Amino acid sequence: MNDTTTEPEADLPAAPPASAYFIEDRQDPEETHTLSVLVDNEPGVLARVIGLFSGRGYNIESLTVSETQHEQHLSRITIVTKGTRDVLEQIKNQLDRMVCVHRVTDLTMIARSRKEEKPLERELALIKVSGSGQERIEALRIADAFRAEVVDATTGHFIFQITGRTNKIEQFIAIMQPMGLVEVCRTGSAAMCRGPEAM
Amino acid sequence: MPEEMTGAEMVLKALADQGVEHIFGYPGGAVLPIYDEIFQQDKVQHILVRHEQGAGHAAEGYARATGKAGVVLVTSGPGATNMVTPLTDAMMDSVPLVCISGQVPTHLIGNDAFQECDTVGITRPCTKHNWLVKDVNELARILHEAFYVATTGRPGPVVVDIPKDVQFATGTYQGPNDVRRGHTGYHPAGKGSAEAIRRAVALMAEAKRPILYTGGGIVNSGPRASQLLRELVAATGFPITSTLLGLGAYPASGENWLGMLGMHGTYEANMAMHDCDLMICIGARFDDRITGRTDAFSPGSRKIHVDVDASSINKNIRADVPIVGDATQVMEDMLLVWRKEVGKPKKAALADWWDEINRWRGRNSLAYTPSDNVIMPQHAIQRLYAATKDLDVYITTEVGQHQMWAAQFYGFEEPNRWMTSGGLGTMGYGLPAAMGVQVAFPDSLVIDIAGDASVLMTMQEMSTAVQHQLPIKIFVLNNQYMGMVRQWQQLLHGNRISHSYVESLPDFVKLAEAYGCVGVRAEHPGDLDGAIDEMIKVKKPVIFDCRVANLENCFPMIPSGKAHNEMILPAEASDEGAAAESFAGGKALV
Ligand SMILES: Cc1ncc(C[n+]2csc(CCOP(=O)(O)OP(=O)(O)O)c2C)c(N)n1
Ligand SMILES: [Mg+2]
Repeated sequence: MNDTTTEPEADLPAAPPASAYFIEDRQDPEETHTLSVLVDNEPGVLARVIGLFSGRGYNIESLTVSETQHEQHLSRITIVTKGTRDVLEQIKNQLDRMVCVHRVTDLTMIARSRKEEKPLERELALIKVSGSGQERIEALRIADAFRAEVVDATTGHFIFQITGRTNKIEQFIAIMQPMGLVEVCRTGSAAMCRGPEAM
Repeated sequence: MPEEMTGAEMVLKALADQGVEHIFGYPGGAVLPIYDEIFQQDKVQHILVRHEQGAGHAAEGYARATGKAGVVLVTSGPGATNMVTPLTDAMMDSVPLVCISGQVPTHLIGNDAFQECDTVGITRPCTKHNWLVKDVNELARILHEAFYVATTGRPGPVVVDIPKDVQFATGTYQGPNDVRRGHTGYHPAGKGSAEAIRRAVALMAEAKRPILYTGGGIVNSGPRASQLLRELVAATGFPITSTLLGLGAYPASGENWLGMLGMHGTYEANMAMHDCDLMICIGARFDDRITGRTDAFSPGSRKIHVDVDASSINKNIRADVPIVGDATQVMEDMLLVWRKEVGKPKKAALADWWDEINRWRGRNSLAYTPSDNVIMPQHAIQRLYAATKDLDVYITTEVGQHQMWAAQFYGFEEPNRWMTSGGLGTMGYGLPAAMGVQVAFPDSLVIDIAGDASVLMTMQEMSTAVQHQLPIKIFVLNNQYMGMVRQWQQLLHGNRISHSYVESLPDFVKLAEAYGCVGVRAEHPGDLDGAIDEMIKVKKPVIFDCRVANLENCFPMIPSGKAHNEMILPAEASDEGAAAESFAGGKALV
């Protein structure tokens, strides 16, 4: 089941005959959407999903996966992708027709339909900063302002753990850059719709 | 009832339980336990091919003719990689195939063992789904699910990769009805939305210039779909055209038939597509060979698109009324609503449209210059058609000009009688496909309309045909060129005929004899009918070397990247300079 496009969009009563001309002339803007894909957790399932994106030339900006329903062996894949409206619809339909896919949910569409800007999205990053002296103190001060936690330290380094929206993490990394940043590891986005209902 | 047996026994038991009567295969180390079981039973008959690709296309032909899944058995490594072309072909043309491959024993997987390859990895993008079986107790369930996935929804190929130790291991067999399916999220579409169907019929009732554009999805949906399509045409009075793969769903002799559409479709079909005000697409997918330039595709029409695969809708062309559903069920509902709300065809409202169509028909876009000295390829197909149309006949093809001429000049009256490689365009498809059809229908006449270049790609299967007494007829339109390649080079590449002339073709008659078949040759128009009769009468495989005009080109043609109303008709094409000019823009496209 594809929550948002099982019946591809029909906006009838039909508009006046639409020319296919406009499809190519129209330079549709690209949008970034977050999809949640529920799949059977079986060997090769991630390769299938990734292969679909690379094989058909779709973008993956972030991808996270983990088994979320152990009894049913279902994994939840969160994909942040970018494309025109038409491409996004194709991506959802192509995912949806895969045998191992249970459900494709476009969290961005749902958020929009509720007049929210975005779905709830969080990412975790580990950031290693090496150095000493003034820079080191400054790094710690900024980490504190970002509510990043120190999870490992010696007199020569810190590892910060930071969670939050992707752009907060981007910002944190940018600031840390001149302060001895040597290594970054990020999980990619985990996302969910706001509100009491389950997906 | 659950039974204990080995994995190899399970394979044969599952095949028998699925009603499989024939499998196409080639043995090797990793499938020897299965071959051992084949030897000890007689429910499933094995057809030994000469190359795994041959097995794949034979199974495709079998599937297309019968509507059942075609089954292939190959060994690991090269056996599996040789199946990549037929699997991709079946994926593109939605053919139900179940390919069982052997794999090295589980403990060797990943070790670069002898004849190991990552079969599920290699075939992932060219199958609907695939499985590596690691536990013998999962084997029966997976095999039954494989048949279910291959044959339901939009049909397609699947691969079940079975390591050799799993074939030897003992486990519990479950029958098709005992198994719980693994993929509970797989739900093929059935009925279309009633609301959308009602809206579609409302548009159909209002249309002044409607056209039905149908495809292979109708054939795949089963014989009832073709029946319903005929009823729909009769009830609405609409003109109908079809893709290459949909030929036969509506009879070529039918009054409302406009011929095939697309790159080499008829003038009337393409013009009607371009100028219509309502397009009802059922089981076709707006492929680039159909649409030409998408920004100039049928600019004034609303589009209803019925497809069992939601991803085919709005992929290339936006649909105003999308209907996700099985063609049979959707047409059934459409007809009910039409009969209730509209009733009879609106003859008067469509009269102007039909007048226009008849004017287009008057252009006679399939015309060619006949000859008394040399056999024109179109003429050869017309004579073949005349000689065989009243027989119980199946036609397969290779890929090239001969394929397009077959589609244009052979009239198909029924579905499942025409097998050609459409989506992938696989040279070498037709000969083994014919073999597969002949296995399913041993007493029918099965003809591969072939090209001299294509047929050599799988020629070795003539040996299979001889071994299994499959009297297929290979009707080679021998123009001594890769005609279709040469045609593009003439029209798009400054007449530089680069490597499309086949310098040293074999003597096809001698080749036939070498295989133990019969060779027939026709060199002059006067020989043709007699030679065709001889071919039909022989109860053995035949290679027919039909020497045709070497430089004939296939028209009409919409150069790729052009619109439907910019097609090149045969008369216009004779001025090569002008043709080259008008084709120039399409060069970059395939
Ligand atoms: C396996 C494969 N390789 C290459 C092509 C490209 N191709 C398309 S048609 C063609 C020539 C076919 O020649 P022939 O079989 O003699 O048919 P003709 O066009 O002369 O009727 C070629 C090379 C293809 N379709 N398939
Ligand atoms: Mg040729």
